[in-house]
Amino acid sequence: MTGRRDITLTINGLKHNVAVEPRRTLADVIRDDCGQTGTHIGCEHGVCGACTVLLDNEPVRSCLMFAVQAQGRAIRTVEGLQQGDKLHPVQEAFMRHHALQCGFCTPGFLMLAVGVLEKRQDLSDDELVDLLSSNLCRCTGYENIIKAVRAAAEDMKVRS
Amino acid sequence: MIAKPTSWIGASVERLEDRALLIGRGRFAGDVSFPHQLHMRIVRSQHAHGRLQAIDAAQGRALAGVVAVWTAADIADLPPIDFREGPNEKLAPFRQPVLAAGVVRYVGEPVAAVFATDPYVAEDAADLVSVDIEELEAVTDASVPASAFDAGLTTEPTICRQGYGDTVAAFNGAATIVELDLSVGRHSGVPLETRGAIGYYDASRDVLELHGAAKVPHRNRESLARMLGRGTAGLHLYEGHVGGGFGIRGEIYPEDILVLVAAMRLGRPVKWLEDRREHMIAANHSRQQRHLIRAAVDGEGRLLGIDDRFFHDQGAYIRTHGTRVADTACGILPGPYRLPHFRIDAHFRLTNKTPAATYRSPGRYETNFVRERLMDALARRTGLSRIEVRRRNLIAPDEMPYERPLVALGDDVVLDSGDYEGLLDQALDRFGWEALERACAERRKRGEYVGLGLAMYVEKSGLGPTDGARVHAHTNGEVEVITGGASIGQGFETVIAQVCAETLGVDYRRVRVVHGRTDRIEYGIGAHATRATVMTANATATAAAKVREKALDMAAQLLQADAASLTIVNGNIVRADGIGASVSLGDVAHHLRPVSQTRGPREPGLAAEGWFTTAHMTYPYGVQIAQVKLDPGTGAVTIEKMLIAFDVGRAINPMLVRGQLVGGFAQGLGGALFEEFQYDERGQPLSVTFADYLIPTAHEVPEVDIMVTEDAPSTCNPLGIKGAGEGGVAAVGAVIASAVDDALGGKGLITQIPITPQAIKAIIEQPSGATS
Amino acid sequence: MKPASFTYHAPQSVDEAVALLTKLAPDDGRILAGGQSLVPTMAFRVARPAHLIDINGIAALAAVSQGEVMSIGACVRHAAFEGPVANGVTGALLSKVVPNIAHYPIRTRGTFCGSVANADPASEWCCVMAALDGVVVARSERGTRRVPAAQFYQGIMTTALNEDELIVAAELPALPEGTRCGFAEFSRRKGDFAIAMALVTYRLVNGKISDARIGIGGAEPYARRISEAERLLQGQAPGADVFGAAAEAAAAAVDPLEDINYTAGYRRSLVRTMTQRALESAE
Repeated sequence: MTGRRDITLTINGLKHNVAVEPRRTLADVIRDDCGQTGTHIGCEHGVCGACTVLLDNEPVRSCLMFAVQAQGRAIRTVEGLQQGDKLHPVQEAFMRHHALQCGFCTPGFLMLAVGVLEKRQDLSDDELVDLLSSNLCRCTGYENIIKAVRAAAEDMKVRS
Repeated sequence: MIAKPTSWIGASVERLEDRALLIGRGRFAGDVSFPHQLHMRIVRSQHAHGRLQAIDAAQGRALAGVVAVWTAADIADLPPIDFREGPNEKLAPFRQPVLAAGVVRYVGEPVAAVFATDPYVAEDAADLVSVDIEELEAVTDASVPASAFDAGLTTEPTICRQGYGDTVAAFNGAATIVELDLSVGRHSGVPLETRGAIGYYDASRDVLELHGAAKVPHRNRESLARMLGRGTAGLHLYEGHVGGGFGIRGEIYPEDILVLVAAMRLGRPVKWLEDRREHMIAANHSRQQRHLIRAAVDGEGRLLGIDDRFFHDQGAYIRTHGTRVADTACGILPGPYRLPHFRIDAHFRLTNKTPAATYRSPGRYETNFVRERLMDALARRTGLSRIEVRRRNLIAPDEMPYERPLVALGDDVVLDSGDYEGLLDQALDRFGWEALERACAERRKRGEYVGLGLAMYVEKSGLGPTDGARVHAHTNGEVEVITGGASIGQGFETVIAQVCAETLGVDYRRVRVVHGRTDRIEYGIGAHATRATVMTANATATAAAKVREKALDMAAQLLQADAASLTIVNGNIVRADGIGASVSLGDVAHHLRPVSQTRGPREPGLAAEGWFTTAHMTYPYGVQIAQVKLDPGTGAVTIEKMLIAFDVGRAINPMLVRGQLVGGFAQGLGGALFEEFQYDERGQPLSVTFADYLIPTAHEVPEVDIMVTEDAPSTCNPLGIKGAGEGGVAAVGAVIASAVDDALGGKGLITQIPITPQAIKAIIEQPSGATS
Repeated sequence: MKPASFTYHAPQSVDEAVALLTKLAPDDGRILAGGQSLVPTMAFRVARPAHLIDINGIAALAAVSQGEVMSIGACVRHAAFEGPVANGVTGALLSKVVPNIAHYPIRTRGTFCGSVANADPASEWCCVMAALDGVVVARSERGTRRVPAAQFYQGIMTTALNEDELIVAAELPALPEGTRCGFAEFSRRKGDFAIAMALVTYRLVNGKISDARIGIGGAEPYARRISEAERLLQGQAPGADVFGAAAEAAAAAVDPLEDINYTAGYRRSLVRTMTQRALESAE
């Protein structure tokens, strides 16, 4: 049906029961129906990466998925990165290294970085730039984002 | 940050803004929602030029969830969008109506507005609105002769002219004359967050609110109030988080007015979010100019005169900036060079493209490219090196303040302070120019296409005339700074907090900075033209100094000491010699409450207002140097080394200054090699997605060596600040063109930006290059 | 940029998917696999399928199997090839090509077969299929059809697939041990659609090139092998001159696309450069 479907989205471990048309994107439903507005929409055609979330721990562009496709999957967004008041190492690194200015692209970069660094902290410089070229930033010129992610990788390596 | 630095001013402290943004709790326009709100969707012209015959909205209106569909007839009482600087009779006929009436002039022009209960439905309904347009021929080239705009009006609303001296005589007496035809491609800021506006009418207080405001909330409030026939007391603008401005966001656009009027007339909040495709065709474009420029030099390579005739491609209408960008280009073109005679005519032309306005370093990105190509050409023609020809023409420090009989941004050009040659030498040394020049020569012998480029430039900042701020110390020791500033992501709050903290003697983390709120402070200058740090910070310092004085005066009584012997350290008033009791700032505030018994005759409250007025703008300056390598197989450009040397007078937060310069560089790089709004002959925009409008990614932006100097503090403000917001982007087009041209043999073959791989390959493949 | 309405179907088996496709294709029913190409077109409302048949839930389509032939199921993601998904030369070749496809988060969702079906001239996997003479395995209610790449691609985003057919797998030959493979592409920014690309493979028999394959993509409406260039390599010892001649032949043989950004002449010269570089870097 084109009409609404009842689905349950599990975001940062919490279940959200929503009724959505199939055409509603995952990005829109996370933001508007589940109230998690940290995930941002920059282009709606899958290029800028501002909408990046983790789906079963893999970075995906939530503007290129329909919410109905995410039923039963584990979605992680920027709101779920901190532990209580304690920031995630990647968030701390961004602050230390001035890796954000307007902050609009930031959640997308954080989820991209977390998704990869949780699996591997030993990326080479080239691999790091390659990965970070997935998303667009218009303010920072990327230099500090690269530094921050590299620092976070070191930090996470030490802690793991 | 572990230990407190010796001074907050000059310290690279972490930003106060960051935490909320990092945990995804920002409040961008898309995050603002009101109960019972409607969603607006704009129906836009799909023709670049045409007569609007009919609009059939019946099917759209009939869709479930659609509350209204408006066309120009529904808002016939609204005036067109006026100029920010005030009425201008000559340019008035070229203003943009809120919704097109009778004629459409660019693809993307708003023709109708749909109001529905949900954005998906609104878009469905917009698709069903059929617009009947009789297509007319489109003008897509600003340099062809002017044609008809409307009855008695042509597509050249005005020619901006500036100049001084006698260029004819100068050219007659010249040893060498150089003539160039140079073009800058159409591109713009394209922030990551598209525009958004939410109109909310609070009938309980008869106050109309615009959320999602940015850049110049106070000025916009005045303009909108005028347009809506409403007093400013009943109209407030709210700026939340802003996802990049770059000059594009925050001007008054049709959508802002529509959400406000609709909120009132439909009796519900109205939310509008622009999508990316819309942004590319509806938000301000910029940069596109074509310069036919001539320069005359004497036998020593010293400039005698410049004569420039350029075509400014304004697009379809004149928006809030009027002719500002073209005027600024006229006034600032000479840059850091001595120029005895000058004449510049800006043909301000309308075309059937998205209207243009300011984009970071407006008028300067373009003219830096033009002027520095000219300097390179003069070097070529005179046989002097590119460095020597510049050196011979640089204004010297002992000539400052150097007045040019020119006007930029409505301000007389007075170069306040600067050691241009000193910075040039520092930059050349830091870059290793001489050694690299030799190395490049060797590599060229081995068949590589490598080259060095250089650009010198003067920026402007600190546009006045006046700004004010209020500083208020709370009884718990927190300090609030209420400003009329705006934050577009540049770290405004942190910088203001640093200045307040240093002046008042508190930790900057205890300072809250308010901005973008017309309901908290009556006047404000917002954030544009790199003025926030200069103007608002100085006003804050003035206000904080007054609060400090009040605090010491009250504390002197409480501590039974002489005020002159007291100081404030980390929020506590103590004796300078450290002996004796102390009292906290919060306690002092407590004692200054209206009901306080200890207050005595003192004015209640530990708060003060401060104003800062500046006579004219201040001029930071810079040098950019690049080394590039070209791939002859593809025409691709690799930047092997990049230096930006920029004098900011004084850096409040060096880390943030660096961030501005690197970020600006990335945008400048886009304009030099990647970004362009292209149109076909019918005026159809071709760069409407992120797949065809190419923003540099982490892969394309090289490491940049940033050298920030504080050699020439501003003489225009007590803090000596000049501001860095536009210093990174300003000369990138110029320096990359210079380097690529050098890599291609230095024959002046690069005459337009963006430089594409195809263009480079074509030059490499042609038998011998043309000479200028 | 919200998509138009559609009815959503999520079949759990290939048979179910095929039945749905038969019924719905005439009513503009489309397959949703990775969605990385389809969903943007829906956002722009250039595509407005009335039905989407989401095959992501069909476990049988998620496998890569190996033997004489590598069979890549319809739901296998690009990212599967980031590590060598299989032993052997073909697996290594796919790992070499995959970093050129868009960006990592696209690769976690986009599929090999989706790319094949989409038939974008600049698709790397289409170039692989063409160069290696891959086979498209298509199922409909009428049975299974095996279409060789050279017949499958017919024009810009136009294939021999019937509207009621579902690609269930793409097959690539297992290239023999010792086959050298090279790949080169040029785009404006890394990850952008390639303006031209070359995929080359060859074996060495007594130090001479044999069984050369040169596939060119991005430059013409669809990727294809350039036999004129392959012939020049046959029996030659590898070397810059030989590679140069083959590159020149490839450039001469193509009839390049022309658009507002790139002339046919520029594409042609890119074909020359990419072919040369692919050959020189082949290992």
